[in-house]
Amino acid sequence: MWRDTWLIFKRDMTSARRNMAWIGIGIMQPLLYMFLFGPLLEPVIKHTPGFPPGDAWTVLTPALIIQLGLFSSSFAGFGLLADYRSGVVERMRVTPASRMALLLGKVLTNAVMMLFQAVLIIVLALVVFDLDAPLGGVLLSLLIAGLLAIALASMSFGLALRIKSEEAFPAILQAVLIPVLLLSGIIMPITTGLAPDWLYAVSRINPFTHVVDANRAVFRGDFAMDALFTGSVVLLVMAVLAVWWGARTFQRENA
Amino acid sequence: MIKARGLARRFSARGRTVDAVRGVDIDVADGELVGFLGPNGAGKTTTLRMLTTLLRPTAGEASVGGCDLLADPVGVRRNIGYVAQGGGTGPGFTVAEEIELQGRLYGMSVPAVRARIAELAERLDLAGMEKRYAATLSGGQRRRLDVALGLVHTPRLVFLDEPTTGLDPQSRANLWEHIRALRAEHGVTVFLTTHYLDEADSLCDRILVIDNGEIVAEGSPDSLKERVSGDAASIVVPAGSVGAAAEIAGRLPGAHDVSTVDTTVRFRVPRGDTAMPELLRALDSEGITMTAMQVHRPTLDDVFLTLTGRTLRDAERKEPADVA
Ligand SMILES: Nc1ncnc2c1ncn2[C@@H]1O[C@H](COP(=O)(O)OP(=O)(O)OP(=O)(O)O)[C@@H](O)[C@H]1O
Ligand SMILES: [Mg+2]
Repeated sequence: MWRDTWLIFKRDMTSARRNMAWIGIGIMQPLLYMFLFGPLLEPVIKHTPGFPPGDAWTVLTPALIIQLGLFSSSFAGFGLLADYRSGVVERMRVTPASRMALLLGKVLTNAVMMLFQAVLIIVLALVVFDLDAPLGGVLLSLLIAGLLAIALASMSFGLALRIKSEEAFPAILQAVLIPVLLLSGIIMPITTGLAPDWLYAVSRINPFTHVVDANRAVFRGDFAMDALFTGSVVLLVMAVLAVWWGARTFQRENA
Repeated sequence: MIKARGLARRFSARGRTVDAVRGVDIDVADGELVGFLGPNGAGKTTTLRMLTTLLRPTAGEASVGGCDLLADPVGVRRNIGYVAQGGGTGPGFTVAEEIELQGRLYGMSVPAVRARIAELAERLDLAGMEKRYAATLSGGQRRRLDVALGLVHTPRLVFLDEPTTGLDPQSRANLWEHIRALRAEHGVTVFLTTHYLDEADSLCDRILVIDNGEIVAEGSPDSLKERVSGDAASIVVPAGSVGAAAEIAGRLPGAHDVSTVDTTVRFRVPRGDTAMPELLRALDSEGITMTAMQVHRPTLDDVFLTLTGRTLRDAERKEPADVA
């Protein structure tokens, strides 16, 4: 299985390398937030009580990484739809390669691209915006980013293969992602001090809230925190379920 | 090599159900070259996708390449090659990359697959195109790449879904040659679908005719043609003697289905080649001069007509618009 995973991974990485322009466009969104939104957040955070601890960049940078995952890995399935239309998926499914490998090779490519972009964001935050984060925290944050990409990309591939429609797929994603984004406190942290009780309660149900909290915790160097533990467990459970579900989708239909 | 019993597939989408394949029995022996002939929407691709483990049958069972379809799909996949009707090349990869990946997914080593690329490129007229992106290939070149992908691991059994669509006559002839060679030199069993009567006729040992999800006939091209009663003959005579000529033709031993259009008389007769001289003499003695004549052996189109009451072309034209 690992051999096949490696083969698929290599293929998708080749394709990614040949389409660097798309990755450039993917990273535009977080960069725009850093340049056009970050400066606004600085005074707001300084003067408003109720924000999580840390300055604007320790609050914003980890959140932007999660947002990048939400918006780039979730759309990974779109590329699979192109492969599905051109018959590449069937051509691979007719070989003895393990179905799990067909999924994992793609998912890992996505995770590597995610890490690459996350590193870019962090370096930029460190260099341009004097973000102050411990090295251990940054490394842990990359681990979180990688796991998040695995979870989201698996879900995305599974969803794409079930929906099989280039029109419905992005529409469904948009419908799901916007509430998930707002309810996870990425743009505006949802804390007891800032949000009404009901909104806070709802945000706690959103698993991504816990992932964002965990990522903020590691950026502050807060490794003993509850938030890190909860977030890691939530993320691991999501990743395992997503990979299992995605692999099942690749297996489906088959005799 | 293939043994299927009662294989069936029903699709349900948006409250509509389509019985694409309605319980077919298929037996293909080792080293046989079998053709699957039928109009659009007959269920050829659906049957192939079931036999290649890509689609789960709703009923029936099959053993393919010595492995049970449902119990051991991986075993089936190891033993077969498949070329899909729509192909399966990624536009952003080169010819060599695509063949190499496919060979590697079948478990071949890098040196083995590299050697194979050279061999296939030579065989399928892809030499010199190894470094080109699939997106830049012409339709026919891409089709040959599809075929190469299905053959890379030298399978003992190959399924080809309309392998020659989009090929020019020269490439078609080359591919036929290659398919024949596969069988002759390596004993490969080939199961292919086609729309082309001449292809089925000249390439296949045996033909299965499928219509509307059911196999309506099977046999060698010649034995199928024998089911059509006789050769089709037509003669052209002067306008004034059409009636008399038709009557004379009808008196030939075994002649039937006599019809006239303008100055042409058509009829069917068991042996056109021996009947014609006889007819010529009979017409002569009545003072009727024949100006043209034609005899042709029954085609598979005639077979289809006899079996289903429609010609292949009719069947395709009447195909409902919502059939993809
Ligand atoms: N995935 C699907 N969902 C619903 N209906 C389908 C599906 N695949 C095939 N069908 C239907 O099943 C029937 C048989 O289709 P199939 O593709 O097997 O025909 P075919 O003999 O290969 O035709 P062609 O010569 O056009 O390739 C058609 O009516 C088709 O619309
Ligand atoms: Mg077909």
